[in-house]
Amino acid sequence: MIIDWIYGLVGGLFIGLGGLVLLIFNGRIMGASGILGQLIDGKQDKENLERIVFLIGVIAGPLIILQFSDFSTTNVTSNTTQLVLAGLLVGAGTRIANGCTSGHGVCGISRLSLRGLLATAVYIAAGALTMVTLRTFWGLI
Amino acid sequence: MSRLLVSFISGLLFGVGLLISGMTDTAKVQGWLDILGQWDPTLAFVMGGAIIPMTAAWAITAKKAPFFDYSFSMPSNKTIDFKLLSGSVLFGMGWALAGLCPGPAIAALGFGGNGIILFFVSMVIGMILTKPIRMGSISTADG
Repeated sequence: MIIDWIYGLVGGLFIGLGGLVLLIFNGRIMGASGILGQLIDGKQDKENLERIVFLIGVIAGPLIILQFSDFSTTNVTSNTTQLVLAGLLVGAGTRIANGCTSGHGVCGISRLSLRGLLATAVYIAAGALTMVTLRTFWGLI
Repeated sequence: MSRLLVSFISGLLFGVGLLISGMTDTAKVQGWLDILGQWDPTLAFVMGGAIIPMTAAWAITAKKAPFFDYSFSMPSNKTIDFKLLSGSVLFGMGWALAGLCPGPAIAALGFGGNGIILFFVSMVIGMILTKPIRMGSISTADG
Protein backbone atom coordinates (compact mmCIF):
# COMPACT_ATOMS: atom_id res chain seq x y z
CA MET A 1 0.00 0.00 0.00
CA ILE A 2 2.59 2.56 1.11
CA ILE A 3 4.85 1.49 -1.75
CA ASP A 4 1.99 2.40 -4.13
CA TRP A 5 1.87 5.87 -2.61
CA ILE A 6 5.62 6.31 -3.07
CA TYR A 7 5.39 5.23 -6.70
CA GLY A 8 2.47 7.62 -7.02
CA LEU A 9 4.49 10.51 -5.64
CA VAL A 10 7.56 9.73 -7.78
CA GLY A 11 5.41 9.25 -10.89
CA GLY A 12 3.63 12.48 -10.05
CA LEU A 13 6.96 14.32 -9.94
CA PHE A 14 7.73 13.03 -13.45
CA ILE A 15 4.30 14.19 -14.66
CA GLY A 16 4.93 17.62 -13.14
CA LEU A 17 8.39 17.79 -14.72
CA GLY A 18 6.82 17.06 -18.10
CA GLY A 19 4.49 20.00 -17.53
CA LEU A 20 7.34 22.21 -16.32
CA VAL A 21 9.46 21.53 -19.39
CA LEU A 22 6.62 22.23 -21.82
CA LEU A 23 5.65 25.41 -20.00
CA ILE A 24 9.00 27.10 -19.44
CA PHE A 25 10.54 26.13 -22.78
CA ASN A 26 7.60 26.16 -25.21
CA GLY A 27 5.19 28.32 -23.24
CA ARG A 28 2.42 25.74 -23.54
CA ILE A 29 0.19 24.05 -20.98
CA MET A 30 0.51 20.27 -20.81
CA GLY A 31 -3.06 19.05 -21.12
CA ALA A 32 -3.62 15.63 -22.66
CA SER A 33 -7.19 16.24 -23.84
CA GLY A 34 -6.33 19.66 -25.24
CA ILE A 35 -3.27 18.48 -27.15
CA LEU A 36 -5.06 15.44 -28.61
CA GLY A 37 -8.31 17.36 -29.16
CA GLN A 38 -6.74 20.27 -31.02
CA LEU A 39 -4.93 17.81 -33.24
CA ILE A 40 -8.20 16.01 -34.02
CA ASP A 41 -10.02 19.29 -34.61
CA GLY A 42 -7.58 19.91 -37.43
CA LYS A 43 -6.65 23.28 -35.96
CA GLN A 44 -4.65 25.05 -38.62
CA ASP A 45 -1.46 26.17 -36.97
CA LYS A 46 2.21 25.33 -36.95
CA GLU A 47 2.01 23.41 -33.70
CA ASN A 48 0.40 20.21 -34.94
CA LEU A 49 3.76 18.52 -35.42
CA GLU A 50 4.68 19.43 -31.83
CA ARG A 51 1.42 17.87 -30.65
CA ILE A 52 2.12 14.67 -32.60
CA VAL A 53 5.67 14.46 -31.24
CA PHE A 54 4.38 15.01 -27.69
CA LEU A 55 1.85 12.17 -28.07
CA ILE A 56 4.54 9.87 -29.49
CA GLY A 57 6.60 10.65 -26.39
CA VAL A 58 3.67 9.79 -24.10
CA ILE A 59 3.33 6.39 -25.78
CA ALA A 60 7.09 5.75 -26.02
CA GLY A 61 7.96 6.66 -22.40
CA PRO A 62 6.09 3.74 -20.82
CA LEU A 63 7.40 1.32 -23.46
CA ILE A 64 10.97 2.23 -22.49
CA ILE A 65 10.32 1.75 -18.76
CA LEU A 66 8.57 -1.56 -19.42
CA GLN A 67 11.84 -2.92 -20.84
CA PHE A 68 13.29 -2.81 -17.32
CA SER A 69 10.33 -3.32 -15.04
CA ASP A 70 6.78 -4.54 -14.98
CA PHE A 71 4.13 -1.89 -14.47
CA SER A 72 2.05 -3.19 -17.33
CA THR A 73 -1.10 -4.12 -15.42
CA THR A 74 -4.03 -2.01 -16.60
CA ASN A 75 -6.89 -4.08 -15.12
CA VAL A 76 -8.98 -2.60 -17.92
CA THR A 77 -12.47 -4.07 -18.24
CA SER A 78 -13.27 -6.42 -21.12
CA ASN A 79 -16.84 -5.10 -21.28
CA THR A 80 -17.12 -3.47 -24.71
CA THR A 81 -20.23 -1.41 -23.95
CA GLN A 82 -18.64 -0.04 -20.78
CA LEU A 83 -15.43 0.95 -22.62
CA VAL A 84 -17.23 2.61 -25.53
CA LEU A 85 -19.59 4.55 -23.29
CA ALA A 86 -16.74 5.60 -20.98
CA GLY A 87 -14.60 6.68 -23.94
CA LEU A 88 -17.40 8.75 -25.46
CA LEU A 89 -18.10 10.46 -22.12
CA VAL A 90 -14.43 11.20 -21.43
CA GLY A 91 -13.80 12.48 -24.97
CA ALA A 92 -16.93 14.64 -25.08
CA GLY A 93 -16.68 15.85 -21.48
CA THR A 94 -13.02 16.88 -21.52
CA ARG A 95 -13.43 18.83 -24.75
CA ILE A 96 -16.62 20.58 -23.62
CA ALA A 97 -14.95 21.46 -20.31
CA ASN A 98 -11.72 22.39 -22.13
CA GLY A 99 -9.47 20.20 -20.02
CA CYS A 100 -8.93 17.01 -18.05
CA THR A 101 -6.88 15.70 -15.13
CA SER A 102 -3.61 17.08 -16.52
CA GLY A 103 -4.79 20.45 -17.83
CA HIS A 104 -7.43 21.44 -15.26
CA GLY A 105 -6.02 19.19 -12.54
CA VAL A 106 -2.23 19.38 -12.46
CA CYS A 107 -1.67 22.62 -14.40
CA GLY A 108 -4.83 24.43 -13.26
CA ILE A 109 -4.55 23.68 -9.55
CA SER A 110 -0.85 24.58 -9.39
CA ARG A 111 -1.68 27.89 -11.08
CA LEU A 112 -4.55 28.40 -8.60
CA SER A 113 -6.89 28.82 -11.55
CA LEU A 114 -10.50 28.99 -10.41
CA ARG A 115 -11.68 27.16 -13.54
CA GLY A 116 -9.13 24.39 -12.97
CA LEU A 117 -9.95 24.02 -9.29
CA LEU A 118 -13.68 23.97 -9.90
CA ALA A 119 -13.50 21.57 -12.87
CA THR A 120 -11.36 19.20 -10.79
CA ALA A 121 -13.79 19.31 -7.87
CA VAL A 122 -16.71 18.64 -10.23
CA TYR A 123 -15.20 15.70 -12.14
CA ILE A 124 -13.98 14.04 -8.95
CA ALA A 125 -17.42 14.49 -7.35
CA ALA A 126 -19.20 13.21 -10.48
CA GLY A 127 -16.77 10.29 -10.67
CA ALA A 128 -17.22 9.36 -7.02
CA LEU A 129 -21.01 9.60 -7.31
CA THR A 130 -20.94 7.39 -10.40
CA MET A 131 -18.68 4.92 -8.61
CA VAL A 132 -20.89 4.77 -5.52
CA THR A 133 -23.98 4.29 -7.68
CA LEU A 134 -22.56 1.66 -10.02
CA ARG A 135 -20.37 -0.26 -7.56
CA THR A 136 -21.65 0.26 -4.02
CA PHE A 137 -25.38 0.33 -4.80
CA TRP A 138 -25.79 -1.67 -8.01
CA GLY A 139 -22.64 -3.84 -7.97
CA LEU A 140 -22.21 -3.36 -11.71
CA ILE A 141 -18.55 -2.36 -12.07
CA MET B 1 13.54 21.95 -33.93
CA SER B 2 14.17 22.84 -30.30
CA ARG B 3 10.42 23.10 -29.75
CA LEU B 4 9.92 19.61 -31.17
CA LEU B 5 12.61 18.18 -28.90
CA VAL B 6 11.00 19.85 -25.88
CA SER B 7 7.59 18.46 -26.88
CA PHE B 8 9.04 14.97 -27.15
CA ILE B 9 10.87 15.15 -23.80
CA SER B 10 7.77 16.52 -22.12
CA GLY B 11 5.71 13.67 -23.58
CA LEU B 12 8.27 11.10 -22.43
CA LEU B 13 8.28 12.47 -18.86
CA PHE B 14 4.48 12.60 -18.80
CA GLY B 15 4.13 9.03 -20.11
CA VAL B 16 6.78 7.64 -17.75
CA GLY B 17 5.15 9.43 -14.82
CA LEU B 18 1.70 8.11 -15.66
CA LEU B 19 3.05 4.56 -15.80
CA ILE B 20 5.19 4.68 -12.64
CA SER B 21 2.48 6.43 -10.63
CA GLY B 22 0.05 3.61 -11.38
CA MET B 23 -2.42 5.83 -13.21
CA THR B 24 -2.47 3.45 -16.18
CA ASP B 25 -3.90 0.88 -13.76
CA THR B 26 -7.66 1.41 -13.94
CA ALA B 27 -8.17 -0.35 -10.60
CA LYS B 28 -6.16 2.36 -8.80
CA VAL B 29 -8.11 5.17 -10.43
CA GLN B 30 -11.48 3.54 -9.78
CA GLY B 31 -10.24 2.87 -6.24
CA TRP B 32 -9.68 6.62 -5.75
CA LEU B 33 -13.32 7.26 -6.69
CA ASP B 34 -14.63 4.30 -4.68
CA ILE B 35 -15.16 6.36 -1.52
CA LEU B 36 -17.58 3.95 0.13
CA GLY B 37 -15.61 0.84 -0.80
CA GLN B 38 -11.89 0.00 -0.87
CA TRP B 39 -10.77 3.62 -1.13
CA ASP B 40 -7.30 4.04 -2.66
CA PRO B 41 -5.64 7.43 -2.01
CA THR B 42 -2.77 6.90 -4.51
CA LEU B 43 -4.14 9.51 -6.93
CA ALA B 44 -3.79 12.22 -4.29
CA PHE B 45 -0.07 11.43 -4.04
CA VAL B 46 0.25 11.61 -7.82
CA MET B 47 -1.50 14.98 -7.91
CA GLY B 48 0.61 16.24 -5.02
CA GLY B 49 3.82 15.08 -6.69
CA ALA B 50 2.87 16.66 -10.01
CA ILE B 51 1.90 19.98 -8.47
CA ILE B 52 5.36 20.48 -6.90
CA PRO B 53 7.33 21.00 -10.17
CA MET B 54 4.37 22.80 -11.72
CA THR B 55 4.22 25.33 -8.89
CA ALA B 56 7.91 26.05 -9.52
CA ALA B 57 7.17 26.32 -13.25
CA TRP B 58 4.44 28.92 -12.72
CA ALA B 59 6.77 30.91 -10.46
CA ILE B 60 9.35 30.94 -13.26
CA THR B 61 6.77 32.09 -15.83
CA ALA B 62 6.04 35.13 -13.71
CA LYS B 63 9.63 36.28 -14.14
CA LYS B 64 10.60 35.47 -17.71
CA ALA B 65 9.35 34.52 -21.18
CA PRO B 66 9.57 30.94 -22.44
CA PHE B 67 12.90 29.94 -24.00
CA PHE B 68 11.46 29.00 -27.39
CA ASP B 69 8.55 31.39 -27.78
CA TYR B 70 7.78 35.09 -27.42
CA SER B 71 5.12 34.61 -24.79
CA PHE B 72 3.11 32.04 -22.87
CA SER B 73 -0.06 30.72 -24.43
CA MET B 74 -2.40 31.07 -21.48
CA PRO B 75 -6.08 30.24 -21.16
CA SER B 76 -7.92 33.48 -21.73
CA ASN B 77 -11.26 32.20 -20.48
CA LYS B 78 -11.79 32.99 -16.80
CA THR B 79 -15.54 32.54 -16.60
CA ILE B 80 -17.22 29.70 -14.77
CA ASP B 81 -19.77 28.64 -17.35
CA PHE B 82 -22.16 25.81 -18.08
CA LYS B 83 -19.71 24.17 -20.48
CA LEU B 84 -17.02 23.88 -17.81
CA LEU B 85 -19.37 22.32 -15.29
CA SER B 86 -21.42 20.06 -17.58
CA GLY B 87 -18.33 18.85 -19.43
CA SER B 88 -16.63 18.02 -16.15
CA VAL B 89 -19.68 16.05 -15.00
CA LEU B 90 -19.65 13.97 -18.21
CA PHE B 91 -15.91 13.47 -17.92
CA GLY B 92 -16.19 12.36 -14.29
CA MET B 93 -18.86 9.80 -15.15
CA GLY B 94 -16.77 8.30 -17.94
CA TRP B 95 -13.65 8.43 -15.77
CA ALA B 96 -15.36 6.29 -13.13
CA LEU B 97 -16.89 3.92 -15.65
CA ALA B 98 -13.57 2.74 -17.10
CA GLY B 99 -10.95 4.16 -14.71
CA LEU B 100 -9.25 6.01 -17.55
CA CYS B 101 -8.71 9.67 -18.35
CA PRO B 102 -7.09 10.97 -21.57
CA GLY B 103 -3.42 10.96 -20.44
CA PRO B 104 -3.27 7.37 -19.14
CA ALA B 105 -5.37 6.11 -22.08
CA ILE B 106 -2.73 7.48 -24.46
CA ALA B 107 0.18 6.30 -22.28
CA ALA B 108 -1.20 2.73 -22.23
CA LEU B 109 -1.83 2.58 -26.00
CA GLY B 110 1.48 0.81 -26.62
CA PHE B 111 1.02 -1.98 -24.11
CA GLY B 112 -2.57 -2.05 -22.84
CA GLY B 113 -4.12 -4.20 -25.55
CA ASN B 114 -7.51 -4.03 -27.23
CA GLY B 115 -9.46 -2.63 -24.29
CA ILE B 116 -7.30 0.49 -24.16
CA ILE B 117 -7.46 0.90 -27.94
CA LEU B 118 -11.26 0.62 -27.91
CA PHE B 119 -11.49 3.23 -25.16
CA PHE B 120 -9.09 5.53 -27.03
CA VAL B 121 -11.00 5.30 -30.32
CA SER B 122 -14.30 5.96 -28.50
CA MET B 123 -12.71 8.94 -26.75
CA VAL B 124 -11.55 10.38 -30.09
CA ILE B 125 -15.07 9.94 -31.49
CA GLY B 126 -16.47 11.70 -28.41
CA MET B 127 -14.08 14.59 -29.04
CA ILE B 128 -15.09 14.83 -32.70
CA LEU B 129 -18.83 14.67 -31.92
CA THR B 130 -18.62 17.72 -29.64
CA LYS B 131 -16.96 19.94 -32.21
CA PRO B 132 -20.23 21.64 -33.25
CA ILE B 133 -21.02 22.44 -29.59
CA ARG B 134 -17.59 23.91 -29.04
CA MET B 135 -17.47 26.04 -32.17
CA GLY B 136 -17.44 29.73 -31.47
CA SER B 137 -16.18 29.26 -27.96
CA ILE B 138 -12.82 30.55 -26.80
CA SER B 139 -10.22 28.45 -28.52
CA THR B 140 -7.26 28.62 -26.15
CA ALA B 141 -7.46 25.41 -24.17
CA ASP B 142 -6.94 25.23 -20.44
CA GLY B 143 -5.31 21.91 -20.99
